[in-house]
Amino acid sequence: MKFAIVVHGAPYSDQAPLSALSFARAVLAEGHEIYRVFFYQDGVHTGNRAITPPQDEVNIQRLWSELATDNHIELIVCIASALRRGVLDQTEADRYEKSCASLDPAFTISGLGQLIDAGLNADRLVTFGC
Amino acid sequence: MKTLLFVNTRPPHGSVKAQEGLDALLMGSAFAECSALYLGDGILQLLDGQDTTQTDQKNFSLTFGALRDYGVDQVFCSKTQLDDKGLEPSDLVINVAALADRDIAALFSSHDVVLNF
Repeated sequence: MKFAIVVHGAPYSDQAPLSALSFARAVLAEGHEIYRVFFYQDGVHTGNRAITPPQDEVNIQRLWSELATDNHIELIVCIASALRRGVLDQTEADRYEKSCASLDPAFTISGLGQLIDAGLNADRLVTFGC
Repeated sequence: MKTLLFVNTRPPHGSVKAQEGLDALLMGSAFAECSALYLGDGILQLLDGQDTTQTDQKNFSLTFGALRDYGVDQVFCSKTQLDDKGLEPSDLVINVAALADRDIAALFSSHDVVLNF
């Protein structure tokens, strides 16, 4: 079965990115496919590579990036949500003349159409965080 | 083609979540048949006559008027919750069908995909 995962909550402030990560691991462990992970609203902060938790806490951005790289999973952050929250890749940083990019390379900036596409093409769409 | 139901439960202001939910609905309407359901404080998003000039927030309620142009003419709310808030359909910025609770359950089951905002 093809699953699409949507994350609305911010890392640390909200359990959503970690719950979604556990769910994604379980989906893969059961032999299913992840069609796409779409980070929307405060969920886009999950892709912020500047995240620096204390040493005795997990780095949620890194965990997602590793899962995606190891399993070739598409991690999309919504461009409108990301830009207004200061989560930018190098292209957007250059376009808006910002001094630094903050999005980890395991994540890709794209549009809301990718959320709709996921809803239409995955067998199940599961949302984390309200 | 699958049908999408956008469920909106957030109040209009205090966070950008409601506005971003409407953005998703507008985008969805370009690709698929979409319906929108407003529950709880989400109903307040539809309130006519909102004024955000003193809060530095966007009055996105003006955008609801464009839903019909986007092909979204199935907009619903809970009749029970509308009554609880002391509101009438005429208090809302667009035409909204107020549904009884059992009809809301049927609405969920009649759509292929549910997106929560």
